[in-house]
Amino acid sequence: MTTIDKTAEVPSARSGDDHVGPLLEVRDLHVEFHTRDGVAKAVNGVNYSVNAGETLAVLGESGSGKSVTAQAIMGILDMPPGKIPQGEIFFRGQDMLKMSYEERRQIRGQKIAMIFQDALSSLNPVLTVGYQLGEMFRVHQGLSKKDAKAKAIDLMDQVKIPAAAARVSDYPHQFSGGMRQRIMIAMALALEPDLIIADEPTTALDVTVQAQVMDLLAELQREYNMGLILITHDLGVVADVADKIAVMYAGRIVETAPVHEIYKRPAHPYTKGLLESIPRLDQKGQELFAIKGLPPNLLRVPTGCAFNPRCTMAQDICRTDIPALSPVTEQDGTELVGRGSACHFWKETIHG
Amino acid sequence: MPDAIKTAPATEDPKTAAAEPVAVKAEKARSLWGDAWIDLRSNWYFIISSVLIVILLVMTAFPGLFTGASPTKGDLVHHFLSKPELSKVGSPEWLGYDLQGRSVYARTIYGTRASVIVGISVTTLVTVFGGLIGMLGGYFGGKVDALLSGFTNIFLGLPFLLGSMVVLQAFADRTVWVVILALAFLGWTQIARVMRGAVITIKQADYVQAARALGAGTSRILFRHILPNAMAPVIVVATISLGVYISAEATLSYLGLGLADPTISWGIDISGGLSQIRVAQHVLLYPSIMLSITVLAFIMLGEAVRNALDPKSR
Amino acid sequence: MADIDKEPVDATPNVTEVETVDAATEAEAVAAIEAPVAQGEPILQVRNLVKHFPLTQGILFKKQVGAVKAVDGISFDLYQGETLGIVGESGCGKSTVAKLLMTLERATAGEVFYKGQDITKLSGRALKAVRRNIQMVFQDPYTSLNPRMTVGDIIGETFEIHPEVAPKGDRRRKVQDLLDVVGLNPEYINRYPHQFSGGQRQRIGIARGLALNPEIIICDEPVSALDVSVQAQVINLMEKLQDEFNLSYIFIAHDLSIVRHISDRVGVMYLGKMAEIGTDTQIYDHPTHPYTQALLSAVPVPDPDARERRERIILSGDVPSPANPPSGCRFRTRCWKAEDKCATEMPLLAIPERFKSSDTPAAHESACHFAEEKDVVGAA
Repeated sequence: MTTIDKTAEVPSARSGDDHVGPLLEVRDLHVEFHTRDGVAKAVNGVNYSVNAGETLAVLGESGSGKSVTAQAIMGILDMPPGKIPQGEIFFRGQDMLKMSYEERRQIRGQKIAMIFQDALSSLNPVLTVGYQLGEMFRVHQGLSKKDAKAKAIDLMDQVKIPAAAARVSDYPHQFSGGMRQRIMIAMALALEPDLIIADEPTTALDVTVQAQVMDLLAELQREYNMGLILITHDLGVVADVADKIAVMYAGRIVETAPVHEIYKRPAHPYTKGLLESIPRLDQKGQELFAIKGLPPNLLRVPTGCAFNPRCTMAQDICRTDIPALSPVTEQDGTELVGRGSACHFWKETIHG
Repeated sequence: MPDAIKTAPATEDPKTAAAEPVAVKAEKARSLWGDAWIDLRSNWYFIISSVLIVILLVMTAFPGLFTGASPTKGDLVHHFLSKPELSKVGSPEWLGYDLQGRSVYARTIYGTRASVIVGISVTTLVTVFGGLIGMLGGYFGGKVDALLSGFTNIFLGLPFLLGSMVVLQAFADRTVWVVILALAFLGWTQIARVMRGAVITIKQADYVQAARALGAGTSRILFRHILPNAMAPVIVVATISLGVYISAEATLSYLGLGLADPTISWGIDISGGLSQIRVAQHVLLYPSIMLSITVLAFIMLGEAVRNALDPKSR
Repeated sequence: MADIDKEPVDATPNVTEVETVDAATEAEAVAAIEAPVAQGEPILQVRNLVKHFPLTQGILFKKQVGAVKAVDGISFDLYQGETLGIVGESGCGKSTVAKLLMTLERATAGEVFYKGQDITKLSGRALKAVRRNIQMVFQDPYTSLNPRMTVGDIIGETFEIHPEVAPKGDRRRKVQDLLDVVGLNPEYINRYPHQFSGGQRQRIGIARGLALNPEIIICDEPVSALDVSVQAQVINLMEKLQDEFNLSYIFIAHDLSIVRHISDRVGVMYLGKMAEIGTDTQIYDHPTHPYTQALLSAVPVPDPDARERRERIILSGDVPSPANPPSGCRFRTRCWKAEDKCATEMPLLAIPERFKSSDTPAAHESACHFAEEKDVVGAA
């Protein structure tokens, strides 16, 4: 399987070293979990890359491996039961899986930061928000308590928390859900990382607050020229902010594409099914299109293409051969930049 | 709990079962208790502790199977200073004799009965009483809870061993049952608190709301929905505290406030052996070893059960 | 209160209220509940429903120091066979409304008339009869099924509580029929909930809700915990069942596009109040309340081309605490139209004066002093 990401390989703008190529590149990553009932294969050969200033949306349902991949990148996977039997994760050209614990710790937080879904449980309830924000500066930059606090207020201002100076000594539970998520973002931003991984950052928030937080995140990303990996199941959020999309199913990437392309012409039956199952205006009163069946059990992933039991186009070959992520072209063979599909019948899906 | 462990009803219609044989047999019905059992079966703690406990139970019921000697009949022909004859496994003189010329082995075997009966009885009593208090307080909340919690806290404030001693002093004839009551009298608070916490959590679960929405009455909700789900932490605490009660009984008997001759108890024997500890350690040693093994067995069982029932470990 | 303003006579049900529960009135109430609903009458009428949760201090001598006004005067009707969607953000009180309709919580004030009987005042046999007819599907399929009971026991329990619905020997077969109806293999009857996936569990929850042949099913976020690819399956199942059994749904959700798909009418709640209510077209295409407009515009649209074109109203700040709601209009603290009047005068839920005489789709009930149409490229 080859990576087929052909988007222009822009050298990262803020990099101190002279590494050329994607900011982050995941190659053939495998993750498995050893459980009582057997080995759950959560990630089965994932490839993707992110450039500075770019937003990659990883779209998938629960159990698709989207969050596990992110945890592997951050190095926060619980091992055991988790295990990475195979794969490489290059950050600025260096394989993080081969680094020492100390080297990885240096990258975590300073170079790559993560935003979680549940801001309340990600913040320590017995420490003030200011202390937790300032901690980053005290630990990593050795600032004094007073300077760290000033920096914390700065950060809170940046993520548009009203009356930052007054609220810096408040505790996490005194903030609303939207404000807590802003604090999480501030924390991730503190050391001006090159890459932010946001795992369902707005799923727990209300719609009107969701929009605020996503806007903030996009604005800050532009300002700092950061890479952003946005992990989500929400097709709407993706359409709003992503540059390119990777769709995951049963631990594999089944389709990659620039954001505008995929909504118009999906090249994988799973993506197509997801898009069609969104209720549309002209379908009122009709049955919704539904992908039949259930997401696969990771202990017993179907042979061949994992999607075959639910797929309307499945043939014999789909039950035996795992389709590789291959480039998608126009009918006349013109290359479609950045597009790929792991389907034996991608031609029929996109053109048929 | 009886509902929960219930296996599939026997009314399985052979015809419908035959109609769709393939898909269904692939995955069998597995209850949460069943899952816990699968975990337990492969846990060495559980295997070792349950083998030990089975042996202890057999000793309790049929001590005669282990020794032909009488634990009470002393014969001063056997001097306590004569060394145990460790090669003669199972014979009356195996572990030597005590001050009154009674077989230490026989007394150690027969001593199991008092310990196990006290342990099991106290645990049963505190689980039933403490569980009931905790369940009612947790379920009804408000004034009932304030009253029952206050009551629980008063008992929690009384020191367990010291309190038991005071209670036991009030009885002239301290039989096994008196000791059981004294320990249970002060021991139920922990279970009550565990149960109350579990019930308060489960009371808010959606499936309890669903049962209420269906029009289920209080007793159905309590005994069919809340109790089976609240039992797990209670079972863990009860199993571990079973060992604690056994050592409490031994402690009281050792201090001369629990059981007394002619009842046979490890505590009494340990106390009796104390005066000869410099010359004849065996009198004290073997009952002590049995006591430790017994307490350990129950604590290990409790740990194993905790690991199997803890949903976080899966 | 707005409803009563509009139709002063018809709104109050004509059947006598049950104040004291003696045997005769109880039997009367049960008879009314068992009877089919009169043609054209709403099956459920909610009038000024209020639920305040007291905030207390002290352990033994509790002193009330305030109240969380979860639901603060809500009125609406539900007709047989229709779906009323209720949307709103967290803390708007929509789930409390569900609990009040299920009589899982006792209302602080107000009435809920089911076929003319005020269910907030019923108890005993009459309440049990109501519960048979109003059922619920819960949000979280993982916590709404007792993990220690088999599927057969979970669904079969409904018949143990209401033995008159199915004779004893018949129950197992009925449970299997129900599993079949919701698209599960009837042979799964002896399995436990944790052996099923989220979507399958929600089907079990639906089967339990259907078991007693209810007339109304209250669905509290029934698909929000499910995977996207499974949501459509469950929505289709619910629509199929509605046609088959002539069910009325109250469909509470925060996903606006799903609500639009399934609902005939939609109510928008904000901080314990109904902001706007109308048919799906009136609400989605011609919203007149600023909150509805902001809500619709904030929904991410699965169309990347829309992100440059569409105008989004980004509200500032968060929803205020329901323990201390703003005076006057509840939305005024986040509203771009707010004036002094909004702080002093609470707007009533009524058809705005300016639209009253015309028959535009904007002529539906909206609780805003400055209700006007605004073109929002909103959720599908």
